[in-house]
Amino acid sequence: MKYIFQAENIYKQYEKHQALTDVSVMVPRHGIFGLLGPNGAGKTTLIRIINQIISPDQGKLLFNGEKLNAKHIAQIGYLPEERGLYKKMKVGEQALYLAQLKNVDTKAARKSLKEWFEKFDLLPWWDRKVEELSKGMQQKVQFIITILHKPELLIFDEPFSGFDPINVNLLKSEILKLRDQGTSIIFSTHNMSSVEELCDHIALINKSEKILDGNLEEIKKAHSNRIFTLEIGDLQKSMEEILSPVAHILSYENSKDGIVKTKVRIDEGYNANDLIKHILPSAQFHGFQEELPSMNDIFIKTVTGKYPQELEKEDLKLHMDIDTQ
Amino acid sequence: MNKTFTIIKREYLSRVRKKSFIVMTILGPLLMAALLIVPVFIARMSDSVYEVAIVDDTRLFHTEFVDANNVKFTDINIDVDSAIELMKANKFDAVLHIPTTAFQAPSTLRLFSEKAINMNAKLYIENILRNEFELMKLAHAGIDPEVLKATETKISITAIRLLRDGHEQTDYPEVSMGLGIFGGILIYFFVFLFGAQVMRGVMEEKSNRIVEIIVSSVKPFQLMMGKIVGIAMVGLTQFLIWIFLTFAIVGTVSAAMPDVFRFTPQQNIYISSAQSLNPAELQQQMQQVEQQNTPAGQIMEALGAINYKVMILSFIFFFLGGYLLYAALFAAIGSAVDNEADTQQFMLPITIPMIFSIVMAQMVMNNPAGPVAFWLSIIPFTSPIIMMVRIPFGVPWFDLWLSVILLILGFLATTWLAAKIYRTGILMYGKKVSYKDLWKWVRRAG
Repeated sequence: MKYIFQAENIYKQYEKHQALTDVSVMVPRHGIFGLLGPNGAGKTTLIRIINQIISPDQGKLLFNGEKLNAKHIAQIGYLPEERGLYKKMKVGEQALYLAQLKNVDTKAARKSLKEWFEKFDLLPWWDRKVEELSKGMQQKVQFIITILHKPELLIFDEPFSGFDPINVNLLKSEILKLRDQGTSIIFSTHNMSSVEELCDHIALINKSEKILDGNLEEIKKAHSNRIFTLEIGDLQKSMEEILSPVAHILSYENSKDGIVKTKVRIDEGYNANDLIKHILPSAQFHGFQEELPSMNDIFIKTVTGKYPQELEKEDLKLHMDIDTQ
Repeated sequence: MNKTFTIIKREYLSRVRKKSFIVMTILGPLLMAALLIVPVFIARMSDSVYEVAIVDDTRLFHTEFVDANNVKFTDINIDVDSAIELMKANKFDAVLHIPTTAFQAPSTLRLFSEKAINMNAKLYIENILRNEFELMKLAHAGIDPEVLKATETKISITAIRLLRDGHEQTDYPEVSMGLGIFGGILIYFFVFLFGAQVMRGVMEEKSNRIVEIIVSSVKPFQLMMGKIVGIAMVGLTQFLIWIFLTFAIVGTVSAAMPDVFRFTPQQNIYISSAQSLNPAELQQQMQQVEQQNTPAGQIMEALGAINYKVMILSFIFFFLGGYLLYAALFAAIGSAVDNEADTQQFMLPITIPMIFSIVMAQMVMNNPAGPVAFWLSIIPFTSPIIMMVRIPFGVPWFDLWLSVILLILGFLATTWLAAKIYRTGILMYGKKVSYKDLWKWVRRAG
C-alpha cells in the first residue's frame, strides 16, 4: 500500500457554506505531506474529517487501504492549531489522562512520558499546574501528548506557532526524526519556507476545492516561469543585443572579472536551448541555472492567479497576509 | 466504554479534590445541624421580660392579668399620666390604660410605650381582655359561663387512610408537607448546583481549547456523558456525606444534652371498639389520646409512619433523573456559547419549569392526589420536584412508575437532543448563537 491515507471525492457543507467540494487527497506513506491553503479554505474541516471528529456528507475515506473507522483513532495523532490544556490540572497527570484516552497503558504511558519530559527539559514541571507553565512549555507538552501513543499518522496543524526559533528547530528535528522512523505526517501551515524545508508532497486547497497537488519538486518544475540566471563574460555586444529576441533582462549585476550575472526571462516561442545557442557566438558562459519559483510564489500564483511581482499595491496586502501567517 | 470511565474518573476526582468541595462538604452539615439545633436553643432561651404597668380605671380587670413567659404585669392604681412618667423613668416597658369607657367602647383601650410595642405582649393582652369582655357580656345576658365551658369541644380528626392491603394508616398532612417541600427544594438546589457545574465544565473545555484534542480521541458524546456522570457522582457523594455528618452531629449534640431534645415517642392507642367501653373507661382513653396529641408526639408518630425506603430511594432516583434531564441541557448550553454572559438567553427555558415546580408545590400539597398534582408529577420537566413533594403523602404505584418511566424517557430525549447541539457547539467559536442555530444543529445529520 503506497498511501497511508486516501480521501476520495469528499464533500462537506455547513448550512449555506460549502467547506469541501469534491476534494481528493492521497497521503503517501513515510513522508511529510503539506496541506496548504489560505484561511477558511477548508483545511481544518478536512483534518477534522480525517480525525473522525466530523463526518463528510459524501466521499470515501481509506486508512491503510481500509475504510476509516473508530479503531484507527489510536493510530492517528493530532495537534490542532487552536490547542489548550486544563489549566488547573497538574502537567504529568494531565498528560497521563490524555494518553489513556488514546488507549495507552498507564504504566507504559508513564514511562515514555518521563523520557519525553526529560528530553524536553520538562521533568521538574511534572507536578506543577499547567497554568504555571509558559506558553512554549505548554506547546511542548501538547506535542509530546500528540506523539506519545506512537501513531502511524501524525497531523500537525501550524505546529510552530507560539514557539521561539530555538524550540522551532528542536521541534523540526523531532518531526524529521519521526519521519525517518517511518511515521507518515500531514503538515498544515501557512509558512511556505517550512513547507519547502520539510514537505515531500503537498496539496493546495482554496475555496473548498483542491487546486493543486503532487510531489513538491515536480510542482515547482511545472510552475517554471522561464526565468534563468546567466553568468557570462567577454561580451561582444551589449546585453540587450545578445539576448534579443529570445529573452529579456529582469535584473542585472556586474561582478568582478568582467562576469555579468543576469536574470532573464525567455520569451514566448523559445526555450532554454534556443537561448544558449543564441548567446554562444557572442559571449563566454560561466553559469546557467533555472530559477524555480518559490513555494510562496506558487501559492500566491495558484490562489490569486498572479505572481507576487505582478501584484498591484492592493493585492500586495493579501500577499503580506499570507506570508506572515 | 473504557474511555468514558477514564473521563468519569477525571471529572470526579478533579472536583472531589478541590478545596471548595471539601470545605462545602464539611460546612454543609454544620449549617444543617445548626438549622436543626439552634431553633431549639433559641426557643429555650428566655427572651428579656417585657414589663407592663396596668392602669385599670374600672378596677374590674387588673386581677385577670396573669404573668406569662416573657410578659410581667404590675397593677399600679394611679392615674395614667403619672404611670407614663414612671415608664419614662424606665420602671416599665409599657403602660396599659383601661379607661372607664373600655367596656362600652373597647377602642378607647390604650397601650403606651416608648420603644416599639412587643407584638406578643399586645396579642396576649388582647386575648385576656377579649375573654373577660365576653364573660361579662355572657353574664349580662344571663348565661352561666360554666354551661358555656361545658359545651366547648375540641375537635381533632385523626385522618385514617385505608390502604389497598387492608391496613389503616394515620395521615399527618403537616409533617408530610414539611418533608415534601424539603425534598423538592433539595432537588431544585442540587439540579441547579450540579447542572451549572456541567455547564461551566463544558465552557472551560471549549474556551481553553482542549476539547479538540479530546474529541480526536473520544466521541463528543462520551466526553459529554463522562462529564455528566462524573459530576452526578460528585453530587451523590456530597449528599451522602451531608446526610451522614448531619445525623452524626445532631446525634452527638442530642446525646450530650438529652434534656434539649425531649421527644419521647408514645404508644399508639387505637380505639378499636369505643362503643363497648363504659363511660369511665372511654373517658380515660380519651385523656390518653389527648395527651398523645401534643405536636411533638404527632411529629414523632408521623415520622415513624413514613415509608423511608420509598422516600430515600425515590429521592435518589428523582434527584438523578432530574439532574440527568437538565444536565444534558446545561451541557448543550455550555457548548453553544463562548462566555458566561451569553448563557443567559438559553438559561430561561431551563429555569422556568424548575421555578414553576417550586411555585406549584403549595398547590400540590393542598391536594396531593388532584389532577394538577398528577400531571405535574408525571411530566418529566416538573416531575422530579413535584413527585418529591407528593411522595410523603403516599402516591399510587401507577403514578410513581409512570413518572419514573417518563422521566427516563425524558432524560434520554434531552440527552439525544443535547448531544447533537454539543457535538457542533464545542467546535464553533466566535459566533453569537441563536435558537435558530441550535435548531439547525439538531436537524443536521452526521
